[in-house]
Amino acid sequence: MTLIEEIRVRLSVLAPLVLEIKDDSALHAGHQGNGGGGHFSLTVVSSQFCGKSQIIRHRSIYQLVADLMPHQIHALSIQAIATDESPPKL
Amino acid sequence: MDAQAKIKETVTSNSVVLYMKGSPKFPQCGFSSLATQILEACNAKFVAVDVLQDQAVREGIKQFANWPTIPQLYINGEFVGGSDIMRSMFENGELQAMLDGAK
Repeated sequence: MTLIEEIRVRLSVLAPLVLEIKDDSALHAGHQGNGGGGHFSLTVVSSQFCGKSQIIRHRSIYQLVADLMPHQIHALSIQAIATDESPPKL
Repeated sequence: MDAQAKIKETVTSNSVVLYMKGSPKFPQCGFSSLATQILEACNAKFVAVDVLQDQAVREGIKQFANWPTIPQLYINGEFVGGSDIMRSMFENGELQAMLDGAK
């Protein structure tokens, strides 16, 4: 299983309506303080985020991948959107 | 003083604190660079702490906020978020309002 597949499986407990995972590792290769883990961008749309603050949404995602950080995942950029919100303009 | 006590003192004795990699002039990571640019766009006066200078603070700050990544922004002693949250709060004006209230 690739790391992206692993992340996808972990986040499936959020029952996401949309789950996009982008590997940005190439943009950050070898920068200072990076022990070799990858950089990923996530877009997650879930009804479980309704009424929750951004901090709580991010924490719930971080918790699901906690054991992968920082060695396999060095950085995660997160867009956590509730199903009752309009998605941000791209 | 251990790292937790040191962090607590820093975030409570300064109204706006950014824990980052590198300095505002020479950020060492794209996310820290973005966080700095956002605060500068808000005309905020802030204290920047370079976590690369202190391994105990670098690890300690992750426990302090129960947040695994850097940068981290604190306003009036409260954890506000990382760079993604800063960006969305900047875009909807919430961050400017919080920073104005912190001065």
